[in-house]
Amino acid sequence: MDIVVCVKQIPDPADPGELDPETKTLKRDMKLIMDESDSYGVEMALQLRDAAGEGEVTLVSMAPNEEVNGLRSALAMGADKAILVSDEALAGTDALGTARVLAAAIGRAQADLILAATESSDGYTGTVPEQVAELLSLPSVTFAKEIQADGGEVVVKRQTEDGYDEVRCPLPAVVSVTAGVVEPRYPSFKGIMAAKSKPMDQVGVADLGISADQVGWAGGGQEITDVSPAPEREAGEIVTDEGDAHEAIIALLEELRIV
Amino acid sequence: MGTIWVYAEASGGKVASISLELLTRARQLADTVEAVVGGDGEPVAGELGAHGATTVHATGDLGDGLAGPAVASAIASAIEAGAAPDAVLFGTTYDGRDVAGRLSVKLNAPVITNIVELEQADGALVGTEPVFGGTVNVSTRFNGSGVGLFLVRPKSFAAEESGGGPAAVSALPVPELGATGAARVVDRFAEESSGPKLDEAGVVVSGGRGLGEADKYSMIEDLANLLGGAAGASRAIVDAGWVPYSHQVGQTGKVVKPDVYVACGISGATQHMVGMKGSKNIIAINKDAEAPIFGIADLGVVGDVHKVLPKLIEALQARG
Repeated sequence: MDIVVCVKQIPDPADPGELDPETKTLKRDMKLIMDESDSYGVEMALQLRDAAGEGEVTLVSMAPNEEVNGLRSALAMGADKAILVSDEALAGTDALGTARVLAAAIGRAQADLILAATESSDGYTGTVPEQVAELLSLPSVTFAKEIQADGGEVVVKRQTEDGYDEVRCPLPAVVSVTAGVVEPRYPSFKGIMAAKSKPMDQVGVADLGISADQVGWAGGGQEITDVSPAPEREAGEIVTDEGDAHEAIIALLEELRIV
Repeated sequence: MGTIWVYAEASGGKVASISLELLTRARQLADTVEAVVGGDGEPVAGELGAHGATTVHATGDLGDGLAGPAVASAIASAIEAGAAPDAVLFGTTYDGRDVAGRLSVKLNAPVITNIVELEQADGALVGTEPVFGGTVNVSTRFNGSGVGLFLVRPKSFAAEESGGGPAAVSALPVPELGATGAARVVDRFAEESSGPKLDEAGVVVSGGRGLGEADKYSMIEDLANLLGGAAGASRAIVDAGWVPYSHQVGQTGKVVKPDVYVACGISGATQHMVGMKGSKNIIAINKDAEAPIFGIADLGVVGDVHKVLPKLIEALQARG
């Protein structure tokens, strides 16, 4: 089974982000890492490939600055190769533009199944997987907590408000994977070394037949009218537990007429 | 503003609270508010009408198909045939995101996502989205001429009835979907839960990594039961497999705004705070006096959840 996994490379969440004062979009000029949300899709892809006993896992990513650090992490986990779309024109690209680029790049790989996270940790629009599916005229199942291959179909447990639905979907298809549903493996030392020599196909937007004005902030069709600090919520009373802090909690609950 | 369409979701004939919230806000902004339903319109026409929809455009039963491609295609066809909503509002839900994503490609229009405030300025809708864990608000408008698509987070607006009569039901045909409609729901499973729903409860008690191990989550459930509330969780312990995803509060997961939120052993990652900082009152218990959660807590207890919670539970049980 040949699987494409969309991987986003983001600023380290432990390192708070900033908005570019000029464009008001997220600054991405620092070292980027693989979005942890994508590690679940990578793990699922590796498991499906290994269960099928054949096929390749190809990573697809887009970044304005030729960043490969996050892709190397996923290759070290065991993915076979990567396609990186890197182009200055991509800076500030919104979700629909991102989906266009990813869909075109996915078209360069042979894929039975395309996996993505349900949303990224930094932008969290949560629309890209479905946009990619529509651009490729493919069926899709979002919010998967489990995927099993069954002949030319996948059987997906899709999260719902009340529980989950079991969905059968013919391949090729796009499936988005919810964070936390599998335990992503740690790369082995051997995997880390092997990742350095795995194929990395780097292309620009023109190589994908996309013109520069369809991507980037200008291609987005929206404008930011205001950026302002959110009203802050103030800290209240702090007590240190000396064995009786539960009484302070009960007193507040009484005041609020909860008990 | 002329007309706003609201994608309305329903389960068992009851309209989702997010959809009623959207209708309420839409009628404050537009002259005409109409609902779009992926399913039969008649069972929900009364409730949608009572919240301001004059018409419900209903696809009819979708059978075992998913809402995303069907509803998006139906809306796109209607617009191609001359319907002209100025904007379509969706809740940030499983199906809402699917429909909005598909429709955005069909209309070649971006979606403005994670909206918590929606206002009118110079004749255009402006959506406001919190970023960086809710510390900064970014407001965005469309500068194109097409339909404005907005994905709105639950609990952003209060649902209020308008006193309107039932909405008129109008057929919204679903075109032939081809490959995009090939996914089929073969079975549906409801997870058992007792007590109020997480996003509707007046009290939410959540546990995090500070609980130390999965077994200790029972303290969270006990306390939630005693307070008539729902049990929530941080992403850390959902990812660790201690509790199902349906309990997750945060950016990924549920947004809750209860009267009282009790955070137990949760440090307050931005991912979590986005989902609960709108709570009216916040009580936090954490060992680490420097935990960010204390920065937004009305009552912060610096202490060990393994000591504080058993005493709290015992004291509440003793009150009966």
